[in-house]
Amino acid sequence: MSSGQIERTIRRLAREILDHNRGQQGLALVGIRRRGVPLAERLARALWEMQAVKVPVGHLDINLYRDDLSSVATQPIVQSSEIDFPLSRKIVVLVDDVLFTGRTVRAAMDALVDYGRPKAIQLCVLIDRGHRELPIQAHFVGKTVETDAAEMVEVRLKEIDRREGVLLVEPAS
Amino acid sequence: MSPEAIAPQSGASTPPASRGGPVSFNAKHLLGIEPLSVDQIQLILETAKSLREISTRPIKKVPTLRGKTVINLFFEASTRTRTSFEIAAKRLSADAINISTSASSIVKGETLVDTARNLEAMAPDVIVIRHSSAGAPHQLAGSCTACIVNAGDGAHEHPTQALLDALTILDHKPALKGLRVAIIGDIAHSRVARSNCLLLGKMGARVTVCGPPTLLPVGFERMGAPDGPPAVTDRMDEALDGADVVMMLRIQMERQREAFFPSVREYFRYYGLTASRMRSAKPDAIIMHPGPINRGVEIASEVADGPYSVILGQVASGVAIRMAVLYLVIGGREQPPQAPEG
Repeated sequence: MSSGQIERTIRRLAREILDHNRGQQGLALVGIRRRGVPLAERLARALWEMQAVKVPVGHLDINLYRDDLSSVATQPIVQSSEIDFPLSRKIVVLVDDVLFTGRTVRAAMDALVDYGRPKAIQLCVLIDRGHRELPIQAHFVGKTVETDAAEMVEVRLKEIDRREGVLLVEPAS
Repeated sequence: MSPEAIAPQSGASTPPASRGGPVSFNAKHLLGIEPLSVDQIQLILETAKSLREISTRPIKKVPTLRGKTVINLFFEASTRTRTSFEIAAKRLSADAINISTSASSIVKGETLVDTARNLEAMAPDVIVIRHSSAGAPHQLAGSCTACIVNAGDGAHEHPTQALLDALTILDHKPALKGLRVAIIGDIAHSRVARSNCLLLGKMGARVTVCGPPTLLPVGFERMGAPDGPPAVTDRMDEALDGADVVMMLRIQMERQREAFFPSVREYFRYYGLTASRMRSAKPDAIIMHPGPINRGVEIASEVADGPYSVILGQVASGVAIRMAVLYLVIGGREQPPQAPEG
């Protein structure tokens, strides 16, 4: 996926989010660290450009809510979560780059409800690569990719990686 | 997906999420500041900064350490530190149990290691220990499988105090490097002074310790070398000159019968922090104290309650630091196992 394709996909996702929530008040975007954060910011910008809808954006670090803390090799660095608007009665769209096992989204939902009780939580991902381990499905998907479980999907965004693109990486053998 | 899930072991591309520190704490115990690297100190401080937000939520709890047991084993009286560790454990959903010396079998003649082995039979994950003998936590670390956190051992170290002091300083100053820090009071009996000298020295601050000659240990100027040995003086104005941070230490009134100085009134006259003395320090200098404060002995009320006092900020930082330490030691292993997928 090239940088232009990512940009077009984000605009399409923004349109879908608007259509799906037509007539609804109180939309909010929450990006899951790290690459969900710039994606959420870009979606917010797209929503503003299309419909002049101003949507608050929050950042969520899910490391404190992981279910594998006692088994991960390198302990995750905890970063701060920043959600400086009340969540109650909001429709929160969680944003992440890749949907894989679903465990990150499970953790994100647990984290989110500790901040308040949103009216609804929806999920928007750039890439759905399958291999779910939990009953979780995204509302808005940029691109569905058939993958082998051992392969890696790498999303690069210029805000974090300086380069931009989505790559399917063979496992190093 | 979280970054860890897509970034690791490809070797080909993106570096792991890191802000300059190590990705892993890699230590099972926190026995003192002395064995810590600069990277480890930075990781604790960064983690504490992130965890601080939890204490501002309406629901002050995250499930991170659910099912873990933390035993606070205190052989010395303490309210602040013990409560701080207990709150930290509870905010991370660990179960905290407090054992204080008066209620325990120490009075029945049990040795430290025997006490610890008995506790260990109940499978705690962390033992937080405060003891009047230097090295007690190290002895436990050698005989237990639980993670050991030193909450003060004799006149040796009090690592979480130095870490929370650093976190508090960073709330008011952009960096520790190059700061001038004056530590004033009973240096000889102070584990707080030792841990702070070590930490601030490692982080590149310039420390001056000051106290009456009877309370200044010989050879202190060699401590922390070569990371940055502290300067030593018995003249308070010299220590305060140009200071960015002034740390006052508690005069342990219970030691007063050993006559390290003639009288409390004389001590206050020469080493008590007053508003007029503070004029030697930088105009934006902050004033710290590990507590409990003796008003009118080492610090005047006007200063302790004044605008530059960050004493209560230190207490708030304490919970965040202890949350970070519990989180990091429980996850810290000396030998990381195989990487699974998230």
